Amino acid sequence: MIRLTDVVKTYENGTDALQGVSFEIEDGEFVFLVGPSGSGKSTIIKLLTGEVIPTSGRVMVNGFSMSLIAERQIPLVRRTIGTIFQDFRLIPGKTVFDNLALAMHAVGATRREIQSRIPYVLELVGLEGVEKRYPDELSGGEQQRVAIARALVNNPSTIVADEPTGNLDPARSLEIMTLLERINALGATVIVVTHEKGLVDQFDKRVIMIENGAIVGDRVGTYEVKENEA
Amino acid sequence: MKHNFGFFIREGVGNMFSHGFMSFAAIGITVACLVIMGTFSLVAYNANENLKDLQRENAVLAFVDENLSDEEARGLQSQLEKLPNVTSCTFVSREEARDSYIEQYDEDDLYSDLDPQIFRHRYVLKLGNLEQMSKTVQAVQGVEGIVKIRADEDISNGFLTVRNIAGVISITLIAILLIVSVFIISNTIKLTTFDRKDDIAIMKMVGATDGFVRWPFVYEGLLLGILSAAFAFGFQWLLYRAIAEGVEKSDTLQLLRIVPFEQIYVPVAIAFGAVGVFVGVGGSLTAIRKFLRV
Repeated sequence: MIRLTDVVKTYENGTDALQGVSFEIEDGEFVFLVGPSGSGKSTIIKLLTGEVIPTSGRVMVNGFSMSLIAERQIPLVRRTIGTIFQDFRLIPGKTVFDNLALAMHAVGATRREIQSRIPYVLELVGLEGVEKRYPDELSGGEQQRVAIARALVNNPSTIVADEPTGNLDPARSLEIMTLLERINALGATVIVVTHEKGLVDQFDKRVIMIENGAIVGDRVGTYEVKENEA
Repeated sequence: MKHNFGFFIREGVGNMFSHGFMSFAAIGITVACLVIMGTFSLVAYNANENLKDLQRENAVLAFVDENLSDEEARGLQSQLEKLPNVTSCTFVSREEARDSYIEQYDEDDLYSDLDPQIFRHRYVLKLGNLEQMSKTVQAVQGVEGIVKIRADEDISNGFLTVRNIAGVISITLIAILLIVSVFIISNTIKLTTFDRKDDIAIMKMVGATDGFVRWPFVYEGLLLGILSAAFAFGFQWLLYRAIAEGVEKSDTLQLLRIVPFEQIYVPVAIAFGAVGVFVGVGGSLTAIRKFLRV
């Protein structure tokens, strides 16, 4: 479970990124976190992954209090979260298999576990047989699937996708969102950060809207944009 | 962690080859630093060994006043033995001195009937510390009944100077070259690290500990250090043997005794290995530090 309570985040340069944000995401939920650029979405992701700590308020992530967490415990929180990025962040010099294996090595998986888990996860994202190919040899949609496979490979309880469709055409975007919906159906909590209204509206999911560092909407359904922003 | 050992080694070796030229440069410079450090240290070591030989062999001769009787001359022994830095004091009578002279020089029986009265009673003094030779000589001169002293101060001073200069140079060079080597290996690894900062960010994002991220770079540094030490050891051996042979063949330097490399290769190898490991691991840890803050 993820819970933010009255979270304020002010960066060292004086930027007020979050101003008293509170919300709760239950295990197994699918949530869109939406808002314009600079609204504070990325800061929320950084709070969840322990990249930054809140100035005040409480952030609980899968049983860890991110406000009080010791630095050496941050890797443990991150192992409960699979992160997906807009730019895929695959290592170009490594094959698909090695990209996924690196994530498993990082958490101390054995060679046998790696050999058995990777084909399973690649099958899950619809990419059987690409183990030996390099990221550059794959399309954008396929690269994002590999990134999703990497996020899933350590079996995290939560998937955080930061603008996962930002570099993809509408058809590929829909495929990726459908895949994330399927992963959610398998039991993982999925948080998708996006500003693509059209895509959000195609899924009848909970949408948390953030603007200027404050929650301005939290409902199931569509992404409502103020008229002057449309 | 145990099952990741192979992974760390593969990654470390991979890193090293992916920046082949920089690795080559780092090894080359570290080898040069190690050989320079090693050469000066070995010069200092050999000077010290020669000094010890000299200390063992070099004696100060204190000649007794010829007007003193045999008994009076022998009576000086207790005074000389009490002097600081005198480790042994042996009385040599006129007769013994004469016999020794004949033994040494009289190949043609020219001196066989030499009168012992033309020789003086003398004492052979061995010193504990050659650095204090002149002080001791002064003290011996102060003993009433001693009229002349023969001491090879120039030779011992020469060795002392060589040893001290080589010692100071080697310590200074070791300090400077260690820093240079750490800096160069650190920069080589920093380059590798910079190239892999995205990989590091990804590893950290999936929950890798700092230790996991650090190990491949530590192995890379370790390998660079060990390879440098191995090459440096080989070069040092060749250089040392060449110098030793040169000294042996030289007419003027035959006085010097060069310790055979076979007698000292173990400590040299250990020292090179230790410095290589220190420089390699130290360099990699310095390089990786700031990239771990993700």
